Amino acid sequence: MNALLILPLAQAASGETTSGSLLSAQGADLLYLIASIFFILGIKGLTHPRTAVRGNAFGAIGMLIAVAATVAGPALSGHAFDFTMIAAGIAIGAVLGALTALKVEMTGMPQLVAVFNGFGGIASALVAGGAFLLAIGTETSLQGDIATAASGLIGALTFTGSIVAFFKLLDLRSLRKIPGAIPGQKVLNGLLLLGALWFGVQLVQDSSQVSTYYAICAIAAVLGITLTTPIGGADMPVVIALLNSYSGLAAAATGFVIDNNVLIVSGSLVGASGVILTAIMCKAMNRSLTNVIFGSLGPSADGPSADDVYGGKVKGASPDEVAMLFDGAQRVVVVPGYGMAVAQAQHTVRDLANLLEAREIEVEFAIHPVAGRMPGHMNVLLAEADIDYDKLKEMDEINPTFETVDVALVIGANDVVNPVARTDPQSPIAGMPVLDVDKARTVVVVKRSLSPGFAGIPNPLFAMDNTYMMFGDGKKALIELIGVLKEE
Amino acid sequence: MELFGCFFVAAADGGTSLLALLTIFMLAVFVGFELITKVPPTLHTPLMSGSNAISGIAIVGALLSVVALGGEGEHAGMARWLGFFALVFATINVVGGFLVTHRMLAMFRSKK
Repeated sequence: MNALLILPLAQAASGETTSGSLLSAQGADLLYLIASIFFILGIKGLTHPRTAVRGNAFGAIGMLIAVAATVAGPALSGHAFDFTMIAAGIAIGAVLGALTALKVEMTGMPQLVAVFNGFGGIASALVAGGAFLLAIGTETSLQGDIATAASGLIGALTFTGSIVAFFKLLDLRSLRKIPGAIPGQKVLNGLLLLGALWFGVQLVQDSSQVSTYYAICAIAAVLGITLTTPIGGADMPVVIALLNSYSGLAAAATGFVIDNNVLIVSGSLVGASGVILTAIMCKAMNRSLTNVIFGSLGPSADGPSADDVYGGKVKGASPDEVAMLFDGAQRVVVVPGYGMAVAQAQHTVRDLANLLEAREIEVEFAIHPVAGRMPGHMNVLLAEADIDYDKLKEMDEINPTFETVDVALVIGANDVVNPVARTDPQSPIAGMPVLDVDKARTVVVVKRSLSPGFAGIPNPLFAMDNTYMMFGDGKKALIELIGVLKEE
Repeated sequence: MELFGCFFVAAADGGTSLLALLTIFMLAVFVGFELITKVPPTLHTPLMSGSNAISGIAIVGALLSVVALGGEGEHAGMARWLGFFALVFATINVVGGFLVTHRMLAMFRSKK
């Protein structure tokens, strides 16, 4: 433990009230500045996989410095504070956080990120609430009041929105029956937002009523639920990225409440990160943010039916037949989708890739930005399976090369490989950038059935002459394929 | 208000006016945009969980509210409890966030 931390804590534990502190206000501010620099260096480290582990460590060091500066700073050490309460809070949080972080499966990562977003939001809202309560009866600043209202609104909305996202990502069977959108949803959301803003104005005008702050939080909490409930499935990456951004903005707003630079800096870094990821996700779906949040994606009434597209043209293939396709192949591209995550097939995919590489076949992975349920979902799963990150190719990089691909192996992906997005301007996914697997010489699709993806439309890729469907659970089908390849 | 008063006094001393805070906010947003656009898609999930851990910086605010002195204003008791729960949530975020990000990043390897 840092020496800076121990002294004031020990003093507090012994019930001593000290008038001086280890650090002057300037000293604490200087440490906050150093912490902010560490956060920036931390994110800079994340710009390359080689430096990323170190970057994350920088972030953690920054956090330690910020905590130390707070504990040793004048705001705390001048008071006889309740050491037990601080120790208990940190201990409970640290144990829960560590257990969750160490136990979570990589496939459960979207849920984890969702729930952590929520915790960040609620923590900021609670801090702003605490500061507001303490300030009651004193002169408050306009800036503090506006920031308090913003903190409560964004924080509470982020919390309930993230909890809903968490349950949606768990995809519990019992929850599937809950209706997505209810009639008048948009009007309700609008009214809730107006209500929360109205109480925000009240708070700024008269900051002596506790109930005003609670009202903002309560309405924002309901809004978080009604906003997130209708959004699902393939739109989840946008929602998670957006909530990520909100959790940062809530922290930044809280920074304005308690006049603290390090909260403002880190909050805005996180806010910017979430905004950029949201924009990338929206672009990858060719949809606007408004459309993702308020719109609905569904089959257009006049679109071709599944029978028109598939009727008699879909060829099923056994593992033996598929194995033969790899004879003489030089270049294979694997296209993973959410189905791979559901089937937990990433390790089997790795085994298959190793087997093919042993035959001197070049194997690469084509990753669509919105494949899976959060940004970078597929990359983490494939990294877990020990696949070299240099083999994970982005869409723009690999798309021009599909003509030279002998076998494109699509595992549990659907809408992100639907050529209709390029060809049919009437389609609900028209204009969405897709992986051009249909240009490969042969295509093998591992999929449970011909059921449509999130967009609810049939995929002509499955009915192409050079496409072979390997129906079944992703993992089981691949294990059978590996078995055949090994026998040869 | 004495507690946060320390901060306001510090603010006055250090000249951190609203404009200064807004300046910091805007500059940090720009730095954030510049840096994050350079993060490759393959690291987007660790970026989210890592930035999540950083947004646990609310822990600083939580520490400040937990120490709210009893008897200082009628709401001090409640403020302390809000601070306590903020501390628990923020610590989960910080500890869990950095740990899980480390776990993920340690898996990204290149044979080259």
